[in-house]
Amino acid sequence: MADAGMLRFHVPEPEVRPGGTPDFSNVTIPKAGSVPRPEIDVDPRTIRDMAFSIIRVLNRAGEAVGPWAGLLTDEELLEGLRNMMRLRTFDARMQMAQRQGKTSFYMQHLGEEAVSSAFRKALKPGDMNFPTYRQAGLLIADGYPMVTMMNQIYSNEADPLKGRQLPIMYSSKEHGFFSISGNLATQYIQAVGWAMASAISNDSRIAAAWIGDGSTAESDFHSALVFASTYKAPVILNVVNNQWAISTFQGIARGGSGTFAARGLGFGIPALRVDGNDYLAVHAVAKWAAERARKNLGPTLVEYVTYRAGAHSSSDDPSAYRPKAESDAWPLGDPIIRLKNHLIHRKVWSEERHTQAEAEILETVIAAQKEAESHGTLHAGGKPSTRDMFEGVYAEMPPHLRRQRQQAGV
Amino acid sequence: MPRRTMIEAIRDAMDVSMARDERVIVYGEDVGFFGGVFRCTQGLQAKYGKSRCFDAPISESGIVGSAIGMAAYGLRPCVEVQFADYVYPAYDQIVSEAARLRYRSNGDFTCPIVVRMPTGGGIFGGQTHSQSPEALFTHVSGLKTVVPSNPHDAKGLLIAAIEDPDPVIFLEPKRLYNGPFDGHHDKPVTPWSKHELGEVADGHYTIPLGKAAIRRPGSAVTVLAYGTMVYVAEAAAEETGIDAEIIDLRTLLPLDLDTIVASVKKTGRCVVVHEATLTSGFGAELVALVQENCFYQLEAPVARVAGWDTPYPHAQEWEYFPGPARVGRALVETMEA
Repeated sequence: MADAGMLRFHVPEPEVRPGGTPDFSNVTIPKAGSVPRPEIDVDPRTIRDMAFSIIRVLNRAGEAVGPWAGLLTDEELLEGLRNMMRLRTFDARMQMAQRQGKTSFYMQHLGEEAVSSAFRKALKPGDMNFPTYRQAGLLIADGYPMVTMMNQIYSNEADPLKGRQLPIMYSSKEHGFFSISGNLATQYIQAVGWAMASAISNDSRIAAAWIGDGSTAESDFHSALVFASTYKAPVILNVVNNQWAISTFQGIARGGSGTFAARGLGFGIPALRVDGNDYLAVHAVAKWAAERARKNLGPTLVEYVTYRAGAHSSSDDPSAYRPKAESDAWPLGDPIIRLKNHLIHRKVWSEERHTQAEAEILETVIAAQKEAESHGTLHAGGKPSTRDMFEGVYAEMPPHLRRQRQQAGV
Repeated sequence: MPRRTMIEAIRDAMDVSMARDERVIVYGEDVGFFGGVFRCTQGLQAKYGKSRCFDAPISESGIVGSAIGMAAYGLRPCVEVQFADYVYPAYDQIVSEAARLRYRSNGDFTCPIVVRMPTGGGIFGGQTHSQSPEALFTHVSGLKTVVPSNPHDAKGLLIAAIEDPDPVIFLEPKRLYNGPFDGHHDKPVTPWSKHELGEVADGHYTIPLGKAAIRRPGSAVTVLAYGTMVYVAEAAAEETGIDAEIIDLRTLLPLDLDTIVASVKKTGRCVVVHEATLTSGFGAELVALVQENCFYQLEAPVARVAGWDTPYPHAQEWEYFPGPARVGRALVETMEA
């Protein structure tokens, strides 16, 4: 070879860029129902192949099939569908509100609604999530008031966080939702610490850590896996692989490991991959992992294979780095349509009822928005006081902050 | 009253706290079975069990990050970073998370953790076992930063830090662990058993965070110091014969500004001493505050004596370390200015 001995630098590239034809032929999708469901006390070494497959329940005909099916009642599934629809409608309204200048920033869940909505239903009251910025479904599925979420997004006078945090960085201990940082991956090891504390206290509550595909490259992800593995912490380690970290395709963070789930294998942590657009599959796998945690069997790593159909945030334009039609080509489909079809197949739902539900949900979201806006939006109406800016840095305000507050004249 | 080394006093503070409050958890690298490389946690695992005192993987961000999660749960972790020089992997967790959790969640979650770490030089530790990073923490809103200078204070301040509702960075001057070191490295060091501040009461007591102590009353010049530099300043005052008032700050944030201002208004002169590098060091903050509050009482420019702006060297330890000769020169120059 002419260049024998010359080293070459390798930079991975996605299959297709803007202008190209979307192509997911390299994504192997196992048939729904084909991946077995092991016992929760399975030896992790015997299920290593699960880190390279995808657990799926809903097939193309809208049927729930295989060993992971059958956990949810019609009522629970209908509630799940409604929660995902609520989240999508909420997102659409808040995205629009951002465009109207009512807030500075927004992040939507389009295409990923099943992950957080279904996961929440596998937890019990008192369990704690350490979410990223794209798990608001945890709050909606737990009945957290949309008005309160909007008040936070608008940083208005009723904002429970007093205008101190970026929009969508919610916090609700009561609803098992740890304060979102906005920094990436820091919460992952904190979730493990929370779970360790629960075990130290001989409690029964478990923790759930959340991270995106891109942020798994952070060192905190790896320290979390070490601590979780060493102390057998009762924690579910969730990785939401939505294929894109802003403009960077998942191959940059994944490197040569094949899948994100496979990261767990070196730590002896059972690692499962699941169809993130399949409400039933997400719920069933989360439930399996939660049971393991509660029975002192330790952590489970779960990779949700999904697709970020929308922009990263209100400040992002995906058409600059990926084909516009890519989300339509995504082989795992849309989570709401898939659950809708399943419920129609089960004869408990119909296109008409779906259309009617869409209208009802839009109405309730608009009503919530009106109520929130009566408390102000970012640049108009009621807002948190300047005094609030100085409060809460410490439990008790130290002298230097008191002096500065006086200087600020508040 | 029993005399204890600073190591024993720190251990006693954790012992007392763990006995009083089962939420207090102690962990870090080598902290469990062995009791820490400086032995500050010796015996705690045997006494309180492996759930409350244990070894951690070598991952400072993991140690502090997990402690934040534990604090959010409701425990009160007191973790050890083996050397302050190793804290940087945990810096993001401290700055972006521990310090801001109360504020950003409006008190929904809080972070009562203590991060203990040996600080400072004087032990031929080179650049990875000698740094004094306190200014990196005092610059961060939401943190409290404590630097004890003797066993009595170390115990009372550490118990106060563990009981504090907010995150506390607890920097232990490692050159003081076994005795008050005044910078005369060629002379034997007095052990704490022969020093009155080695007297450490049994049981529970606290020293409030944010209160300085006047170590040597004087009328000629105020010296602001903390940690090892308190003893260097005492030696410099003795050797120059200058009647310096030496203030041991003990807590850098919150800072006891009232004690500082009262002293400088009385003496009209001020020398600020720290072991950390000069530029953007905590001394710069002290000088600015003295200038803002005492400008019309000042008879001389406020002087700073600090580590040179180089990495902490190995062979040149005593040329780098701001010893009594350099502090003495600053005292003389400030008196003559």
